[in-house]
Amino acid sequence: MTTETTNSQFNPMKYWLITWSFFRRYPVFPAVILVVLVIAAIIGPTVAPYERDIGDVRARHNLPGTVDIKFPTKPKGGIDLTSSDISAGSTFVATYELPTDNVIFDIDDDGSFNNNISWNEDSPNTPDILFSNITQEGSMLSFEIITNEDIIDGQNDSIILDVQVIRTDTKLLDFWPDGYHFMGNDHVGRDVFSRLLHGAQISMMVVGISLVAGMTIGVALGLIAGYTATRYEPNIGFNYTYKGKKRRFSILAPWLVDEFITRFVDIWYALPFLMVALVVTLIFGRGLTVLMGVLALIAWSGFVRVIRAQTLIIRELDFVASAKINGATSFRIMYKHIFPGVLNTAVVVATLNTSGLILAESVLSFVGAGIQPPTPAWGVMTNEGRDYLAIAPHQVMVPGGAIFLVVLALNFLGDWLRDRLDPRLRQVD
Amino acid sequence: MLRFLAGRLFSSFLSIIGATLAVFTLTNFHNDPRLLFVPDSGNGITQEQWDKLGERLGMNKPFHERYIDWIGRTLRGDLGISLARQMAVTDIVMAKIPATLELALGGWIFAIALGIPTGVVAAVFRGSFWDYLARGAALVGQAAPPFVTGLVLIYIFNQWITPGGEPLLPAGGRKPEFDVKDYVLPCIALGWGAAAALMRLTRSSMLEILDSEYIRLARAKGVSFTTVIFKHALRNALIAPVTSALLIFSGWLNGALVVEIIFSWPGIGYDALYRAVNDNDFPLLLGTVFVFILIYLIFATIADIAYTIIDPRVRLN
Repeated sequence: MTTETTNSQFNPMKYWLITWSFFRRYPVFPAVILVVLVIAAIIGPTVAPYERDIGDVRARHNLPGTVDIKFPTKPKGGIDLTSSDISAGSTFVATYELPTDNVIFDIDDDGSFNNNISWNEDSPNTPDILFSNITQEGSMLSFEIITNEDIIDGQNDSIILDVQVIRTDTKLLDFWPDGYHFMGNDHVGRDVFSRLLHGAQISMMVVGISLVAGMTIGVALGLIAGYTATRYEPNIGFNYTYKGKKRRFSILAPWLVDEFITRFVDIWYALPFLMVALVVTLIFGRGLTVLMGVLALIAWSGFVRVIRAQTLIIRELDFVASAKINGATSFRIMYKHIFPGVLNTAVVVATLNTSGLILAESVLSFVGAGIQPPTPAWGVMTNEGRDYLAIAPHQVMVPGGAIFLVVLALNFLGDWLRDRLDPRLRQVD
Repeated sequence: MLRFLAGRLFSSFLSIIGATLAVFTLTNFHNDPRLLFVPDSGNGITQEQWDKLGERLGMNKPFHERYIDWIGRTLRGDLGISLARQMAVTDIVMAKIPATLELALGGWIFAIALGIPTGVVAAVFRGSFWDYLARGAALVGQAAPPFVTGLVLIYIFNQWITPGGEPLLPAGGRKPEFDVKDYVLPCIALGWGAAAALMRLTRSSMLEILDSEYIRLARAKGVSFTTVIFKHALRNALIAPVTSALLIFSGWLNGALVVEIIFSWPGIGYDALYRAVNDNDFPLLLGTVFVFILIYLIFATIADIAYTIIDPRVRLN
């Protein structure tokens, strides 16, 4: 009897725990998703395997991974068997030109189809034949035909084989770079995956630009509001004497600026954003620029309160006071001394707001106030697929799932950034 | 309290004036609403008819007079006549608003019934399987836009689950007679995100309370677990979720539009607002915007007041 000694050096559990704690500490999956998204947004349109707006009518509603093309029953390149006498059991090679060259047939090593191949059985004089040794080069499909019965020249006026190839099986991972629609086709026969890549670029561009615009406005207003809050700053006005008492009349006290900005933000919060967006698109028409403007209108108000609160803290610090003593202008103090201090907070708020903006963009495109078809925004794609939910659910699930994944990743990343950079914004968790 | 209400009324008034003025200005300077009556070819209308139409629509008056007219009529409960449908806007809004409110109420009940109990469970059994499940579901709820949730729900309950060949739940629409089945999917689609938000809020505030001294004291002196949870902790922990639940209800006029479109729900969002925008029907648009903001402000004020009633420590102002 021998007893095995356990190797204390190697403990698989330990490595699992290390991996697990690493995954818990850093947002690995969200980062991966977002990196993939950014790469897709940058190079997506160039590597997209299919046209963005041009569909293949024969491939409408194809499910992911299938190429279900029914060729016309009477193609140009039918196989003419009338040319000569063919006795039973003989073989000859026939070629057949496919209507499109982006179909790859699943051909076995022994040269037989893994899928159905049929020919026009209704036509008279259809000979009893077998197909074998099938090969494909681009759009040319060639095969050997073995006849099981005698075909005599002149007996049949013309025997045109109308080959109909029906492909129904699926084979993933063979899609790239030509062939399968690995995420299926939409109702016009457009490749969903290609449109998804194009849509990633458009959505990222729209959201990025509007976020930067909204952030600029929001941070600027937040700085101004925080800097002018309360009567701390000397106000604009004039002194006068009334009944022997010196008084001051403020024409435009700076705190009024703060009051105005905060009130305006309050009112802005009271407006349902979708309504604002619908009205704005009604006035200015639908299009990319208008959509970016609308999203910027939605984005800016989220920054003002947080930045204002942060500014209120920073402006009381000593270096701001010394800058003021040294004669720095208000603009310089805000830009050079306070702005770097609120930048962290701004970045955190921006990350937390991005997911909301993506949602807003998709909702607007879905409703029809955003990006217009045929431009493939993800919201547009989801909306287009709505009517075909029963027969082609992937048309909704693919873009909808993409929105969902990206927003999920951004939420995770936003929470993580907030905890790292600005824990004060955190709630108990 | 009175002072607070007065201030609140004043700012609400400002909001309404600002919003309607903005919409009024924008719609007036955009397109001539008379174009709605002209065939696309541009033929079939004479200058006289054009002028007459303008007179009827009040286009010949200066801008500020039209706005003041509108305000005056609104105060008397008359929101004008829809251009595209030739019906009183008040009638359209009144006919459509019950459906929207029913939808919002159903979603609200769903959100509260799902969000608050799961939040409490997740906080009490922190770190357990149920906690992770609830938090995962909340993340899913917050990341999925309402239209994706709605379409997935339709796919599952209308296409997949078909006992006896009949779909389990209808894919949309609202029958004239009451049928609970019509309400299930739209209300879940609308309430899902809010349930997630409420769950997170309840969980975090419950955790905060459970960490506090008085809970430990109560446990230390031998009060039972359930009594501590339900009598001591829950009542304090529910303050934040309940107030935000009221705000969620008012904010829902956003999400309701999307849900109404997906489920062909004959509510104010789809049948009034969306179509008004598409038809350039500015009386209807103005009326709908007005009603939207009114509802929002009413609920925001109720939320503020409810906050003080639930939590006496909070003073208004």
